[in-house]
Amino acid sequence: MEKRENQKAWLMILPVVVVVAFSAIIPLMTVVNYSVQDIFGPNDRVFVGADWFLAVLNDRRLHEALLRQFLFSALVLVIEVPLGVLIALAMPRKGIAVSFSLVLLALPLLIPWNVIGTIWIIFTRPDIGLLGHTINSLGISFDHTASPFDAWITLMLMEVWHWTPLVVLLAYAGLKAIPDAYYQAARIDGASAWDVFRYIQLPKMRGVLTIAILLRFMDSFLIYAEPFVLTGGGPGNSTTFLSIYLVKLAVGQFDLGHAAAFSIIYFLIVLLFSWIFYQALNTIGTGDRR
Amino acid sequence: MARIVLDRIAHSYGVNAAGVREFALKPLTMTWNKGGAYALLGPSGCGKTTLLNIISGLITPTEGRVRFDDRDVTEVPTEQRNIAQVFQFPVVYDTMTVAQNLAFPLRNRGMSAAGIERRVQDIAKRLELDTCLGRRAQGLTADVKQKVSLGRGLVRPDVAAILFDEPLTVIDPQLKWMLRSQLKHLHRQFDFTMIYVTHDQTEALTFADQVVVMHEGDVVQAGTPEQLFHRPVHTFVGHFIGSPGMNIVPAAVAGDRAIVNGLEIGLGRAYPTLPAAARIELGVRPEAVAFSADGRGHPVTLERLDDLGRYRIARVSLAGCTLNVLVPEEAEADLSGGEPRIVFDPDRVNVYADGHLVEGEAR
Amino acid sequence: MLLELDQVSRTVGGESHLRDVSLRLEKGTLNVLLGATLSGKTSLLRVMAGLDRPSTGRLLVNGADVTGAPVHRRSVAMVYQQFINYPNLSVYKNIASPLRLAGLLRPEIEHRVRGAADLLRLTPLLDRLPGELSGGQQQRTAIARALVKGADLVLLDEPLANLDYKLREELREELPKIFAGTGAVLVYATTEPTEALLLGGHTATLHEGRVTAFGPTIEVFRRPNTLTTAQVFSDPPLNTIAADKRDGGFYFGSIAVPAAGALAGLPDGGYTIGFRPEHLYPDRPAHTAVEIAARVVITEITGSESFVHVAFAGRRWIALAHGVHDLAIDQTVSLFLDPARFLVFDRGGALAAAAA
Repeated sequence: MEKRENQKAWLMILPVVVVVAFSAIIPLMTVVNYSVQDIFGPNDRVFVGADWFLAVLNDRRLHEALLRQFLFSALVLVIEVPLGVLIALAMPRKGIAVSFSLVLLALPLLIPWNVIGTIWIIFTRPDIGLLGHTINSLGISFDHTASPFDAWITLMLMEVWHWTPLVVLLAYAGLKAIPDAYYQAARIDGASAWDVFRYIQLPKMRGVLTIAILLRFMDSFLIYAEPFVLTGGGPGNSTTFLSIYLVKLAVGQFDLGHAAAFSIIYFLIVLLFSWIFYQALNTIGTGDRR
Repeated sequence: MARIVLDRIAHSYGVNAAGVREFALKPLTMTWNKGGAYALLGPSGCGKTTLLNIISGLITPTEGRVRFDDRDVTEVPTEQRNIAQVFQFPVVYDTMTVAQNLAFPLRNRGMSAAGIERRVQDIAKRLELDTCLGRRAQGLTADVKQKVSLGRGLVRPDVAAILFDEPLTVIDPQLKWMLRSQLKHLHRQFDFTMIYVTHDQTEALTFADQVVVMHEGDVVQAGTPEQLFHRPVHTFVGHFIGSPGMNIVPAAVAGDRAIVNGLEIGLGRAYPTLPAAARIELGVRPEAVAFSADGRGHPVTLERLDDLGRYRIARVSLAGCTLNVLVPEEAEADLSGGEPRIVFDPDRVNVYADGHLVEGEAR
Repeated sequence: MLLELDQVSRTVGGESHLRDVSLRLEKGTLNVLLGATLSGKTSLLRVMAGLDRPSTGRLLVNGADVTGAPVHRRSVAMVYQQFINYPNLSVYKNIASPLRLAGLLRPEIEHRVRGAADLLRLTPLLDRLPGELSGGQQQRTAIARALVKGADLVLLDEPLANLDYKLREELREELPKIFAGTGAVLVYATTEPTEALLLGGHTATLHEGRVTAFGPTIEVFRRPNTLTTAQVFSDPPLNTIAADKRDGGFYFGSIAVPAAGALAGLPDGGYTIGFRPEHLYPDRPAHTAVEIAARVVITEITGSESFVHVAFAGRRWIALAHGVHDLAIDQTVSLFLDPARFLVFDRGGALAAAAA
């Protein structure tokens, strides 16, 4: 009797297995397949072993893209996490103001990614954009299509505007979960606002901030749509991040083997760093100092 | 340490649907002496937590003044009141060690490192925390955490009063005994003013010299545990204190006799002038009723008998009234057969008129 | 129904939550699980409910193996320490929810909900939302929901712990009555020995994931099979001391207690003597009692009783005495031990003899 029930259970998860197979495992296997072959046509392919992987590892442009990518993700984390926490701390805790600020914060999160790119193209245009025109009329030359520095500034502004609200929402949820007694105890102990932050709020927010950092790292490391729409990877290669380079390889040059090997390495990097962040954040502040 | 004076304190959180101001705490005046141990006892919603928050400064009372010694602190914020508080759920700074937790309030007040070290060591020893000073507070058990949060109060030389808000809620019964006796011991050593809020009568009675029983925003009685037990001024106190509570029986009283459904019960005092038209009741502790072995007393029917190990609780019916009788372990009363009879200890039968204790006259 | 646990163990991540638990819970009985926090009460309830699967061992209902059966296939109702109700449903709908899930007809639901509400004195509150109720009323609602479900197994996990003392007294008395007619197996987890005694029925004492004893409550209390059982089932804590038996007596500190009655037959050797705080007397209770001199640590007085904490031969004891005994700290006080109240445990902690 037990055995029959078990088989039924397998049946129940079959739809999920099928969906996961089509959405993840089969594409992934295809990529693995491509990464070890050189493909000239549908029926014309040669097994090349680890050649593509070696090529990827020696690709100078890819190294540059990877460096750029790390710089970008690092900037995102360094700016968005503290900024998000700061905003969360400054948010109202009760009353109608809470709903109002939450809705306001959530707005950027509701806009499709490519639309965001378009909005910022217009916003920063030196001729008609509100931001671009204002800066230029102040006598500062600003054009993200010409200057790599300006392109980065624009991209960072857009990224921070778009995603800091997510960090704020998570941090705010963490703050709200702290019982009042902690704040009362801190007042009684004569703690300063900084002490309250350092010894109560930050430790109590650790869980949600771990999630925020992981999400922001993974997401920023995989960024594609926004720079593609805003700068197309330029000027030059200055905003060509890994995804953009990958698409250029795969779609632009139809270098499927190269791109496939690249994807796998890319995937492993994201996995590795996510794991490192997770481990690090879980150990910080939990070890028993004896 | 300080004497705490509550001068016509009252508090309201707002008006009700009918537009009438509702008082969570009705006007009360009270003085708490330096070095005393006080308990605020009552069911939830009785106003005890509101009163505690007024003393700690988290709430400014709608009416009245609060004074610590001669200083009016009614509007003084919590951090300037020199009070310490232990909460229902242990509040510790997770990322700090026990020693850092204890040192924290002193550091914030700018005490010298040597001074801090000395105080922390001293308090840790008294609280039996000296073996875990280097441990991170996060991994500690609830009872140790609670000691740490108490320690953060004790460590301060300037503390006027320590407030406790149901501090033993999350502690296992066996550990409660240890913590409670330690607390009492500390109180004897330090002589600080302590105010303890609880709904648990055992905690309140064992802890305090003076217990303030509250009900619906009013102080019903403030007295020593003995007074509350033997001479509750209101039937609510009689019911609330004691487990099971006082038996309350409707009766007619004339002089030093009470009539309960035709049965005559002798009283230890005389009541010549009871208010007319008042509802008269007798209040008798289950401890003041006994089964008689010699055929004296009133016949009852036994409805239920619960064996609690060190005593039994008999539920009996006396002329239609239900009474609890506490049968001590050493009283080898055989209740299995026959017609049990009960006798009252006349000196421990109280008379209540409309719920209020009538003093009566000594015979 | 008859619920049997056959050598149930549960290990989570290398940590043992339940060890080799065997219990037989009969139809219509009240069973108390008594133990400290983390002793395994909740783990055991979860296994009984089918929320968790035992790592080894079996669960039998009326003799049929239900070890792997999921919770929704079992006839189980559960009440928790936290007041768990649907916050946006009225009391009526809260109570009706299991019946609606079961697809009962409207008149039948109405009938059962009204009946349960009546029993739990919720009738005037049926239209309210849980948020508008007091804690006691919220818990009554949760209990009513468990009641109407008509489950064969009702699990109560410290249901009164979050209620005021007086409310607890009231509900504690009502609970067994409410379920008495249903024939359900009632399992009630608590940390408080007094609560177990007040509930009566059967009690299983738990310690570190093991059931140390199971039997009629008052018998487990009077004749605890092991030192651990006696310690779990004692409030205030059990007083203990190591003693040597030789020459027809027990020796500890500078004290000799004659071994009489049931204790006389014990072989010589090392024992642990346990006695309850109410059996450490300030006045000589019987002519056989032995006088000791102890140092007062602290005295707690409730108004009717006194708890005198004393130190004797390196041990901490509590004497529970009637009346007011206000003794100064560090003074030496005479107390009396009655060997007729001794529980004597052997070196392994098993009950060797109970004098009474």
